[in-house]
Amino acid sequence: MSPSLMLKRYRVWLLLFLIAAALPWLAFNWSTGRHSGFVLTMLSEIGLITIFALSFNMQMGQAGLLSFGHAVLFGMGGYCTAHALNAIKAGSFWLPTELVPLIGGLGGLGFAVVFGYVATQQRATAFAMITMGIGELVAAAALMFMTFFGGEGGVTTNRMTDTSLLGASYSAPWQVYYLILVWALVCVILMRLQTQTPLGRMANATRDNFERAQFVGYDPRMVRFYQFIVSGFFAGIAGGLYAMLYEIVTFDTVSAVKSSTALLATYIGGVGGFYGPILGSIVVILLQSGVSLLSNAWMLYVGVLFIVMVMYAPMGLSGMIAAHGPIARAGRLRDLLLPYIRVLVPGAMVVLGFVMIAELVSFTTIGASQNKKFQVGSLLIDTASPVPWAIGAFALLLGGWWLRHESRGFQRVWDSTMEDIKRQAAADGGAT
Amino acid sequence: MSTLALQLRDVRKSFGPTEIIRGVSLDIPRGQRHAIIGPNGAGKTTLFNLISGRFPMTSGDIVLNGESIKGVAPHLINRKGLSRSFQITSIFPRMTVFENIRCGLLWAHDYKYSTWKLLGRQTALNDASEALLERLGLQSRRDLLAGLLSYAEQRALEVGVTIAGGAEVILLDEPTAGMSRGETENAVNLIRSVTEGKTLLMVEHDMSVVFGLADVISVVVYGEVIASDSPANIRTNAAVQEAYLGSEAT
Amino acid sequence: MEVFLVTLLNGLVYGMLLFMLASGLTLIFSMMGVLNFAHASAYMLGAYFAYTVSLYAGFWVGLIAAPVICGLIGALIEQYGLRRVHRNGHIAELLFTFGLALVIEKVVQMSWGLIPVPYRIPPELDFALFKVYGTQFHAYRAFMLLVSALMFGSIWLALTRTRVGLVIQAALVHPEMVSSLGHNVPRIFTMVFAAGTALAGLAGVIGGNYQTTEPSMAFSMGPIVFVVVVFGGLGSLLGCFIASLFMGLIQTFAVVLDYSLADLLKNFGVMVSSSTPFAELLTIPIPRIGALLPYALLVLILLFRPRGLMGTRDT
Repeated sequence: MSPSLMLKRYRVWLLLFLIAAALPWLAFNWSTGRHSGFVLTMLSEIGLITIFALSFNMQMGQAGLLSFGHAVLFGMGGYCTAHALNAIKAGSFWLPTELVPLIGGLGGLGFAVVFGYVATQQRATAFAMITMGIGELVAAAALMFMTFFGGEGGVTTNRMTDTSLLGASYSAPWQVYYLILVWALVCVILMRLQTQTPLGRMANATRDNFERAQFVGYDPRMVRFYQFIVSGFFAGIAGGLYAMLYEIVTFDTVSAVKSSTALLATYIGGVGGFYGPILGSIVVILLQSGVSLLSNAWMLYVGVLFIVMVMYAPMGLSGMIAAHGPIARAGRLRDLLLPYIRVLVPGAMVVLGFVMIAELVSFTTIGASQNKKFQVGSLLIDTASPVPWAIGAFALLLGGWWLRHESRGFQRVWDSTMEDIKRQAAADGGAT
Repeated sequence: MSTLALQLRDVRKSFGPTEIIRGVSLDIPRGQRHAIIGPNGAGKTTLFNLISGRFPMTSGDIVLNGESIKGVAPHLINRKGLSRSFQITSIFPRMTVFENIRCGLLWAHDYKYSTWKLLGRQTALNDASEALLERLGLQSRRDLLAGLLSYAEQRALEVGVTIAGGAEVILLDEPTAGMSRGETENAVNLIRSVTEGKTLLMVEHDMSVVFGLADVISVVVYGEVIASDSPANIRTNAAVQEAYLGSEAT
Repeated sequence: MEVFLVTLLNGLVYGMLLFMLASGLTLIFSMMGVLNFAHASAYMLGAYFAYTVSLYAGFWVGLIAAPVICGLIGALIEQYGLRRVHRNGHIAELLFTFGLALVIEKVVQMSWGLIPVPYRIPPELDFALFKVYGTQFHAYRAFMLLVSALMFGSIWLALTRTRVGLVIQAALVHPEMVSSLGHNVPRIFTMVFAAGTALAGLAGVIGGNYQTTEPSMAFSMGPIVFVVVVFGGLGSLLGCFIASLFMGLIQTFAVVLDYSLADLLKNFGVMVSSSTPFAELLTIPIPRIGALLPYALLVLILLFRPRGLMGTRDT
């Protein structure tokens, strides 16, 4: 494909990449001449979690393997990278700073061979349980053993190894961010291409119909195993970038919590397609970093969002967006504008009511012990008074009842619009 | 080289205390078109599942091209030259028709588990896929998701994916089940053309298909072969008539 | 000898506690194919509800009330949540219960706070029952054994002597068949789910004051219970029972056996020093790796015997 054609095809992604590259400058404090460290760290975390979630989707979305221990591959990559950085600093060997995440990738890959050999003997629920067991095993080991894992304290390291190919010191957060961004781009491209390889296609095939995969000559177990290994390579790269970003790797990088981050990000964003996990990572990290500043209950919101998606939108955010494709192409998006407004208003009421109650409860117990007050802007809310509780409950209940009514109406409009489009397409198809 | 493509030697299969296949022995020479018929519940599909390695035999042996395939995993049996279709259509519903065929060709074109070759660039593979698609008459459906095809088209696609890898021994499990007269005719023509020179073993209920395609018919009743002969002789075989129609009321 | 007996008794108590949790999970998993991540959350809720109820009405009321509340919550979850997700497949059900576990943990943190709550053994049971070689055996432990034995007994009776029990036994092994025979399988599912959740709640009432009652108890107990269920095998309550006791004994004995691989090697004349490769692995004493053992067992059993000890179905 010629470069100009490629540019045209992927212009949306190029635009997004440019936006991502420009983001640090939105958080630039022009008076002090420095970027917001907090924002840059959050953006960097989004970048590496994106790689992590996409690698998780290689197992879950592409191969149908639900793993509860994916963080093990991430964390092992992190630990390996931390040790490698320390070795480079000590002069044991030389490697350009920019290529250090590769060590993480190799660490993840190596461990994925061992881990995967065991886990891919099974599939479906048994696979999920083995991964959970191994995940807990490694997390427990990471706390126990000092030599490789550094025990409870973890392994500290320093990314400024003076071996940069570009002459960068990586002392400034924005330099780290761009390193992560470039690696994210490379990994996204590689993982996308991987879906178009024999292994990638057979992973999809084996997921959908392992018996038919057998009778085109493929051993489903080996397909799972190899896909697992490739996924581990990318997870390890993400772990390596983590080690470089935070300059410390502890047991929480292999913990069940980290594994569930991958699961949440991927599922909320949407499994099955390719780009869902990118969207999901952004959402989850924004909630984790951003909302956690304001509220102790952010995990609750992520959990509830997750449950709601599992129940009503299993195709995830990207799936929901993609569902609008036929309607957009038929130029009928405008028909949905009013129905959307009618749904979003009660929807907003429900969300606000829920958040109100959640925050009230949270501030009553946790907030009290931390001596924090429930404050919205300049308005101080008294958790002891029944008024805010009543308002929250009212909004939640009324909004909920109203939402049920409106969502039925929305469903009707959606279905009839889709019907129209299908009929139109059939008529057009028949005419030509 | 053995002249027998497939040989079943006193194959038995029990599920718990019930013996479903009770000593089946068959010799199928290379290039033969062999049909297996029999009343419902006789164990025809179970027999197929035993041959293709889906279930293990309780006792007996199955020999493919002179080599025993007892206890061999299904994908290995496939690589040794046996392929099958299923009673319930078994394709890759979330892939396009073209990709289904291409997946069927991957192993035969020696791609194995490669994760560094981009399929879009594999000209030989893609050309072979297009050619097979044309033989199946499905080019107009090339980019449609397989799950959205009509029933008969899906069955045709499945036959295509089954023979794509170049297996010499083809097992077809009720290939024309649920088809109309016209669809059945097309299916039979397709089967006849794509299994030219190969050994075909099929389970069927449609007698016109059986008598039109088969060189030899075996009749399976209650897990045993009660007759194995040319179509003309089977038609007049008393035991077969009794199995299907019962004996006269006295 | 003293240490052995005391540890044995403690291991049995812990094992029975595990069984109370694992039995409900086995029933649910075997029958409905749902790996209920929120099961240990019901355990936690049972402990917390018992605590709150006992503040106002005493321990004994809590003993009855908490499991009932948990059962009701379980029924609601099954009817309005799980059933809706069921049509999206087993993985979706698993994810649903996983999300539920996350949410419940957070709700508990928000409702009762982050630090452990002082859920104590009731004064009526707070005494030493008898002495074993000088170490006291606490009356509450005997109470726990009693409750769990009664529970096992009544489950066994209910399953084998009642009609519903027979249907449940059948559905444990062949759920689809039971459905095609005309039994109201959805109603049975709700019942089993509610009963399993109530059992977990009961375990929480008993175990919450034996261990500490804190928001992380679900995620620390949960994985061990899964190991027990897989180890014991699907479809078999007896296997679950054996596996629970086995796991309880292993974990309790591990704390007491202060040896390491290096000690073992010493008997063969092999000395391990700090420069020996894998020295850390060899010198670590068993009590320290106690937390690892259940998971190592899980991996081993899934590799070599996916059916578990006495399972009648594959996982």
